[in-house]
Amino acid sequence: MAFFDIHALWTGNRQPKIRGGVHPEQRKEATADRPIDLGLPLPPMLYLALQQHVGKPAEPIVNVGDRVLKGQLLAVSQGVVSAPIHAPTSGTVADIMDYPSAHPSALPTPTLLLEPDGEERWIDLPGKIDPFGLSPEEISLRVGAAGIVGLGGAAFPSAVKLNLGRRTKIQTLLINGGECEPYLTCDDRLMRERARAIVDGILIMLHGLDCRHAIVGIEDNKPEAYTIMRMAADELGEGKIEIALVPSFYPMGWDKQLIGYLTGKEVPADGRATDVGVLMHNVGTAYAVQQAIRHGKPLIRRIVTVSGGAVGAPRNIDAPIGAPLASLLAHCDYRPEDAVRYVMGGPMMGDALPHPNVPLVKGACGILALTQEEVSATDAKSCIRCSRCVTACPVGLQPLEMVARIRAGQLESALKFGLKDCISCGSCSYVCPSEIPLVHYFKYANGELLTRDQANHKAEQTKRLAEEKLARMARQKQEASAAAAQRKAAAKKPKITEQAA
Amino acid sequence: MSTRLLSAPFTRSGLQIQSIMLTVVLGLAPGTAWGILIFGWPALFIFFVTVLSAVAFEAGCLILAEKRVIATLTDGSALLTGWLIALTLPPWAPWWIGVAGSFLGIVVGKQVFGGLGQNLFNPAMLARVALLVSFPLEMTVWVNPAPPFSASAPGFLEAWAITFASQLPTDGSTGATMLGWVKTEFSQGRLLGESLASGGYGFFKSLLGWTGGSLGETSALLFTLGGGWLLKKQIITWHIPLAMLGTVALLASVFTLVDGERYPGPLFHLTSGALMLGAFFIATDYVTSPNSKPGQIIFGAGCGLIVYVIRTWGSYPEGVAFAVLLMNSLTPVIDHYVRPRIYGRDSKGRPLELSEGRE
Repeated sequence: MAFFDIHALWTGNRQPKIRGGVHPEQRKEATADRPIDLGLPLPPMLYLALQQHVGKPAEPIVNVGDRVLKGQLLAVSQGVVSAPIHAPTSGTVADIMDYPSAHPSALPTPTLLLEPDGEERWIDLPGKIDPFGLSPEEISLRVGAAGIVGLGGAAFPSAVKLNLGRRTKIQTLLINGGECEPYLTCDDRLMRERARAIVDGILIMLHGLDCRHAIVGIEDNKPEAYTIMRMAADELGEGKIEIALVPSFYPMGWDKQLIGYLTGKEVPADGRATDVGVLMHNVGTAYAVQQAIRHGKPLIRRIVTVSGGAVGAPRNIDAPIGAPLASLLAHCDYRPEDAVRYVMGGPMMGDALPHPNVPLVKGACGILALTQEEVSATDAKSCIRCSRCVTACPVGLQPLEMVARIRAGQLESALKFGLKDCISCGSCSYVCPSEIPLVHYFKYANGELLTRDQANHKAEQTKRLAEEKLARMARQKQEASAAAAQRKAAAKKPKITEQAA
Repeated sequence: MSTRLLSAPFTRSGLQIQSIMLTVVLGLAPGTAWGILIFGWPALFIFFVTVLSAVAFEAGCLILAEKRVIATLTDGSALLTGWLIALTLPPWAPWWIGVAGSFLGIVVGKQVFGGLGQNLFNPAMLARVALLVSFPLEMTVWVNPAPPFSASAPGFLEAWAITFASQLPTDGSTGATMLGWVKTEFSQGRLLGESLASGGYGFFKSLLGWTGGSLGETSALLFTLGGGWLLKKQIITWHIPLAMLGTVALLASVFTLVDGERYPGPLFHLTSGALMLGAFFIATDYVTSPNSKPGQIIFGAGCGLIVYVIRTWGSYPEGVAFAVLLMNSLTPVIDHYVRPRIYGRDSKGRPLELSEGRE
């Protein structure tokens, strides 16, 4: 590793505020100024994947043929890191089967099919709840029970994070309103239209964390959202909530980047944000928390940006979880013949989907149908070592050196260059003039290393079992011969034994 | 369907190798045009011979290596290498010097390493140094500039004879470059003021490029402007040029203060020889320079140091090519030791310590 860091000497600052990054074309204008569409017709069938969060899949507690109400618990969480699933509308459980999932492979995974009856009959909702009368532990419990996961795309169960934050006594709750991915505007629209609820949600989270200070980071390309959030925070925030403008570039929304910019702190490579007293949640998550705690409504809908060149009327839709993505696209007049690539999430980090006949999941912030011009793709050329990837990398890696080693099959060597620290943000691939799919190489190498580790582990385990078996057999043999010898001895000299006794 | 599509990102900056190479070529164009203008037809001939043979050698190598010929040729890298080789040649050099230069640069300097991006040394500088060592006579005939279409400028047929039949005119239109002049005069015991006056040195003449030398050693001003344009276009960054020029300027300032009659000042150094061309267009070559910004500063400063040392104490009047090649050989070492600090880790790659300790 480097034995000195001229940049640190130069700036006198060991933690530069902004690291790397790129300025991709925003392409947000298509959806940013349209109100959230609440008028999506209810699809004839909702497909609720039992695994749509980080952690263990949920376990269904209803049977095929059961009539369920809107908001009713359908599947319970399994273990500590998991999330339950609720009915987005009232209807009948049509089936529990394997259905194509919102994943690059679209492989079928266990899915609960709900046939809506169109009546939208809610479960018995509690009256208005005073969240500040609840204990912090109770807030976490209810957030967990409402099935809330990180809505910025990570889909990590929010209650687990709240518990961790409460245990580590965090000083600052950061709310990510960066939304640095091109095309996506769902957080922007949410902040513009539901700022008061978001601020309320932040206050509830602060209460749940036993913390007094929150900062909302909003990129400066969203001045309207900033102004509206500012007004809401001034009015309702009790002086606890700060709204901060952050420069717009990619990946500003990377949690570590935002933490560094807003608090000046750097999270150690082997630690978590909570180690430096910071916890981060997305604005959409804050809104979902408000809905769950204040109104008792579980997470059954989300706002999702439907955009891309093949979409005629791009916009944000308030859509039920489980709606087929094809129905969302159809609602926005998309032209299937123009779409060469379907993406769930943003274009920088999202997942390619082979087809849009997969259901909406909680973590999906965008559905993009991209045209040939938008995904400009030619074959990779030789690396000219222009080092644009080094400049762009927000982590401080040297992508070109890692790819050279991965291509030569030297995965261990690539590891020494920090392969495991890669956050797959895609900045390097974005700037590469040779169009080398750098992130693809890193994902491949990390997967390969994981497989090797697992194989090694398995081999070691097999070896250990075999050795144990040999040892056991030897021991048994020894015991048997010892016992035989004892019997012989006992038979031979019973008198001596008696005498000794 | 292309497999690359399956992995994010699904959007690209749109920057291509071809556009980078063409931008660099455009940055070189004004200085090149000026050199051709003041040295006349022979300069134009040797320029075209060198560039065309470079492209031809590249094509030949690609065919031999069974690579995609048209797709690779159109990336513009052979054009740029050939162009740079032409800029390092004496403007009235015979045609075979240009062809040999292209062979050394493209075949020996680049393709035998595996083509674009694989070479350790800057191909153009490798070609120049190999030619200089192999053909010292042909590589050091410096013609004095002549206004185009003036009586002293060769006509078309005369120029043809110069380039393709090696018939240099016998009259005294050749001389040393200013760097060479100062050096030989000093070795004969003449002081700097004297040699500059007898050599007809003028700062503005040197800056604008009314001086003998290779095509790329003429107009410091035009190459600086071209380099500034590359900076503005974000094709290069300031680190290498500034470190290189700054080091030369700093050393020249110090030594001229020590002994002004022995060592020329920074303005003389900056406007003479191929320093501007080298700092903006040659040392900044992506393939052969370090990939981190601190590494690039070290690289640039090293180039500047070697240039100054060779110019001042070495046996060659100019040292840009040697400086760049020597630093090229250090690039892997610099890249090994000077790396960016990884987020969340110290400069040795260990996870950062928490000031208040862990929970």
